[in-house]
Amino acid sequence: MSDTKGTSIRTPLGKVRGLGSAKHGAAHFIAQRVSALALLFLVPWFLISLIIAVRGGYTGATEWIAQPLNAVLIMLGVGASLYHMRIGMQVVVEDYIAKAGTKAAILILNTFLCIGLFAVAAFAVLKIAG
Amino acid sequence: MSSWTDKRPMSPHMQVWRWHVTMLGSILHRATGCANYVGAILAVVWLASAASGYEAYNLFATLAATPLGQLVWFGFTVSVCYHALNGVRHFVWDIGHGFTPKLASLTGWIVIGLALVMAVAVWVLGGLVPGINPLGIH
Repeated sequence: MSDTKGTSIRTPLGKVRGLGSAKHGAAHFIAQRVSALALLFLVPWFLISLIIAVRGGYTGATEWIAQPLNAVLIMLGVGASLYHMRIGMQVVVEDYIAKAGTKAAILILNTFLCIGLFAVAAFAVLKIAG
Repeated sequence: MSSWTDKRPMSPHMQVWRWHVTMLGSILHRATGCANYVGAILAVVWLASAASGYEAYNLFATLAATPLGQLVWFGFTVSVCYHALNGVRHFVWDIGHGFTPKLASLTGWIVIGLALVMAVAVWVLGGLVPGINPLGIH
């Protein structure tokens, strides 16, 4: 590296940015943890209420989803889950898929799938609650 | 490895790495994360079935009640419990604690054991095991 002796106008920070497989590691790291923090509260609530709700069959389940607080918390829980799993799966893909084109294609598919699932979930909850 | 001619040191490979619990814990965190990805898709399908009406919901419920369906849901419960508990372990590491090899191994075993206990507890207390409903959930 000839530019390490001060001949480059790029700052050390500028050089560090743009390195790494995803090019923006810190933001990703924080987003993964913030969504994890939300899920630490949402998932146990979802699991416990779901077990109670499914015992009532179709009527029990739809009545549970239709409750305003439940409807909002379900959408938050599903949203946080899909966001968390989208960026989690992104890391897995970046680790194992070396070919640039294939990697980009799978990452786009991952994003489309997660956002699509959120649209389906939100529509389902609002349809039942509405 | 007789064909290996490069004299430079190699990065340790899976096959020559001694198994230890911190490594198992790390692999399980990624594996359960991927399993939860599939489980979340199933959960969204459940929501969609509920929105589609009585018949669609009952089809989903019937499939979920089969032995294979029950195995999938119990596996998903174990997977979520492990990923959540090991996620807490990651949070502790993030604030700079629990890195000594002894403590990291201990918490690794605790998280694996606790995840299994928790999943069984959820199914038993939640009345999901046929014939057992200690809390009388109906």
